[in-house]
Amino acid sequence: MPIHQTIEGSFQLIGGNFSNAGDASIELKQKLTELGFNADIVRKAAIVTFEAEMNVIIYAAAGWLRYYITPEQLKIIVEDMGPGIEDIDLAMQDGYSTAPEWVREMGWGAGMGLPNMKKNSDVFKIDSVVGEGTTVEMIMYIQ
Amino acid sequence: MKISDVFKEMSLEVKTFKDGVQREVTGGYVSDLLSDVLAHAQEGNIWITLQTHQNIVAIASTKGLAGIIIVGGREPQQETLEKAESEKITILTSPLSAFEIAGKIYQLLQ
Ligand SMILES: Nc1ncnc2c1ncn2[C@@H]1O[C@H](COP(=O)(O)OP(=O)(O)O)[C@@H](O)[C@H]1O
Ligand SMILES: [Mg+2]
Repeated sequence: MPIHQTIEGSFQLIGGNFSNAGDASIELKQKLTELGFNADIVRKAAIVTFEAEMNVIIYAAAGWLRYYITPEQLKIIVEDMGPGIEDIDLAMQDGYSTAPEWVREMGWGAGMGLPNMKKNSDVFKIDSVVGEGTTVEMIMYIQ
Repeated sequence: MKISDVFKEMSLEVKTFKDGVQREVTGGYVSDLLSDVLAHAQEGNIWITLQTHQNIVAIASTKGLAGIIIVGGREPQQETLEKAESEKITILTSPLSAFEIAGKIYQLLQ
């Protein structure tokens, strides 16, 4: 299916509300599949979107995830109102996590989210202001 | 191999979406870390875990997994069952350990 205009979607995420975790990932995957994107991009998009959703749900008060699909690229922007990240380099390290014990018992909090978001996107930008919130922007180019 | 082939070999109880036991299984993945499953499980895999909460359904759905086997006699939570039924994700439970289940499925897949 050819893309003639930007196809977009947005999801509101509420801190502590685990019940709709993954909804954005599932919807985006379905859209990309329908549009005939190659399996590699679909797989990567599903991973980064789910991890991005989880970080808002686990750490922030609330946030939005938006995606934009054009013939050239897939862009995902996640913006939250939350505590922000003091040391981004540290947060980006594989295995680093401040997730509380109850979140770890659910199997989250392995410290793989941000590193996997970076690894699976062509452009990864993270911007954070302590006490205000965090914005993550990811782009995947479509060859 | 189908999930239904595993029944003949060991005790499993189907909790949700019974039709899914006819689905072809491409392999398996054993993990209780959800980020690990997101990153490494592959389409058509059967996922062996002791996690029981609702997020396992969304993981299985977005990864296109063949099903989830919850081990160690644990029971999925009510929201997990409801979500799995509506998302058409097959959840099974077993009193056996992840080691025993994985060993048997590995053998069946050879
Ligand atoms: N949106 C966010 N707001 C505040 N802190 C965050 C956010 N996202 C990530 N972090 C911090 O970065 C750490 C690493 O994140 P991540 O790699 O996703 O692993 P995990 O979520 O498993 O801890 C988190 O433990 C948390 O301290
Ligand atoms: Mg995370």
